[in-house]
Amino acid sequence: MTALTSTPGRAPSSAAPSAPSSSQARRRADRPKLRHTAVGLLFLAVMLFPVYWMVNASLQPSGNTLTADFLPLNPSFAGYERAIAQQGPNLVTSLLISLGTVAFSLAVAAPAAYMLSQIRSRWISVALLAILVSQMIPGIVIANALYAAYNDLGLLNSIHGLILADATHAIPFVILILRAFMMRIPPSIVEAARVDGAGVVRAFVSIVLPVSRNSLITAGLFAFLFSWSDFLFALTLTTTEAVRPVTLGIYTYLGTQVSNWSAVMATAVLSSLPAIVLLVLAQKYIAAGATGGSVK
Amino acid sequence: MPTLETPVAPGGVSPARAAAPPARGARRRRASRERLVQALFLAPAGLYLVLFFGYPVVKNVLMSLQEYTTRTFFTGEAPWVGLANYATAIGSNLFGPAMLNTALFTVGSIAGQFAIGLALASFFRKRFPLSGFLRSMLLLPWLLPLIVSSATWRSILDQDSGVLNGFLRGVGLISEPIPWLTSPSVALIAVVLVNIWVGIPFNVTILYGGLQEIPEELYEAGAMDGATGWKAFWHITWPNLRPVVSVVLVLGVVYTLKVLDIILGLTNGGPANATQTLAVRSYQESFVNFQFGVGAAFSNILILISLVFAVVYLRLNRRAVDE
Repeated sequence: MTALTSTPGRAPSSAAPSAPSSSQARRRADRPKLRHTAVGLLFLAVMLFPVYWMVNASLQPSGNTLTADFLPLNPSFAGYERAIAQQGPNLVTSLLISLGTVAFSLAVAAPAAYMLSQIRSRWISVALLAILVSQMIPGIVIANALYAAYNDLGLLNSIHGLILADATHAIPFVILILRAFMMRIPPSIVEAARVDGAGVVRAFVSIVLPVSRNSLITAGLFAFLFSWSDFLFALTLTTTEAVRPVTLGIYTYLGTQVSNWSAVMATAVLSSLPAIVLLVLAQKYIAAGATGGSVK
Repeated sequence: MPTLETPVAPGGVSPARAAAPPARGARRRRASRERLVQALFLAPAGLYLVLFFGYPVVKNVLMSLQEYTTRTFFTGEAPWVGLANYATAIGSNLFGPAMLNTALFTVGSIAGQFAIGLALASFFRKRFPLSGFLRSMLLLPWLLPLIVSSATWRSILDQDSGVLNGFLRGVGLISEPIPWLTSPSVALIAVVLVNIWVGIPFNVTILYGGLQEIPEELYEAGAMDGATGWKAFWHITWPNLRPVVSVVLVLGVVYTLKVLDIILGLTNGGPANATQTLAVRSYQESFVNFQFGVGAAFSNILILISLVFAVVYLRLNRRAVDE
């Protein structure tokens, strides 16, 4: 994670080509490095200032005014009380939809990803191309068509309808990232199981899936975050308040005039918790997804 | 007690089974069974992609050629109207501004995201204590729900009591508060600024990955020839990073074209239609005016533009693979 113990041959050679003694050289090399850390912290502080401000504003006692102190010295939890009272059910709805999307996306994508990593055929590149292009289709195009279809099928205002729609954010990404991992599974361990008489399905369930545990976690986390963040399908595929994800709750709060900023910001903080918690606790998996699957 | 006939180590090859190949008929049966299993593994994902990506694209083309309104949902009638929806879309007085705003929004966002993203990625390439941790924390704006970011920025950009105007006045940069989201001449700039903030993490991540691929030896060799600092950037970094840069830019365009959440959350296309884009037009025609045919026409125009960039992307990608 950190480069405190710099890899030999890299930093020392560039910082002090003719080092008199290694400890002296390291001390000399560390000073500019710590300055870099300070600059990096400054960049991060600027980039994350809005996040800080969201938390700060959520703890302000005021109702409809925005005047906030720089530090929440007298934190008030009135905004949170209001947010939980009004948006609590919506948070639960979002949670159910997101968990459903994770389960559905992994169940659909994992077997396909495995086969796409195994079969050698020129059709594979065609399939991968289609998956790449599908990620580029604007959400509003899907929403337009799904609204009409959902209206006929009675899927508007339903949790499973939103799960199916939100999976469009996740499934192409999950297929690509799982396939990239499964390509690296040594064929010998699967073949060994096959020779012992296991069928494709059993080899997949008892060998491939356990070995792919880390990439499944990464893919699942992203599926969760994509679905949790969804706003477009929440907005277009619900017409009543029966099923209302929290993103839509925030949007209705915003309206044309905001009447209670601390409640809005408290809801925003609660809606940010999954991203913040996962980034801190599951950093390894998130970083793997950000670089591996490359794109949202 | 293991007997001599079963010397099978766990995971090893059983000689008994390997020595006795199945009869030809059985093998063929097994092969066709194998193919059936393969198909079953692929079928759910294939079906899903067809239903939730293929069908909407086709359905949008059909809808754009029909008079598809709220009435359609009651009567089931959607008369064919040819290209009338496209005529309505292109003829509307919001079409020109929406096209222009889409272009300005996309170009402005990409330019800002890319420049700052490349600067930060180059900075993080210098290894220093906590660099990995700081870099992953930088991902946060990308992982937050866009509507959360919109709400937060709305409070920051508030004309009278927002912290940004307070700060700018405090340091003496402005004397009058800037109406970030309420003035038609400023709103698009404000929306672009927020979208730049959202897009920086993506650019940093991909560009950082690209920078890591450039071998250290090139810089060491360059340094001997006197290429350091900016010279090293122009002669070593930039030429080697070019393929990654093209991919970032093209993908950035495709993803920025379809941005909807940020604009709806910040301005709803206003004030006075100053932040209308093609995506916003499509949404409002379909789900505010319930003119699904016209909305579909707008979104097909959007798809057509995305398609051009998607083709560019795929060509770049193929070239990268060929090389």
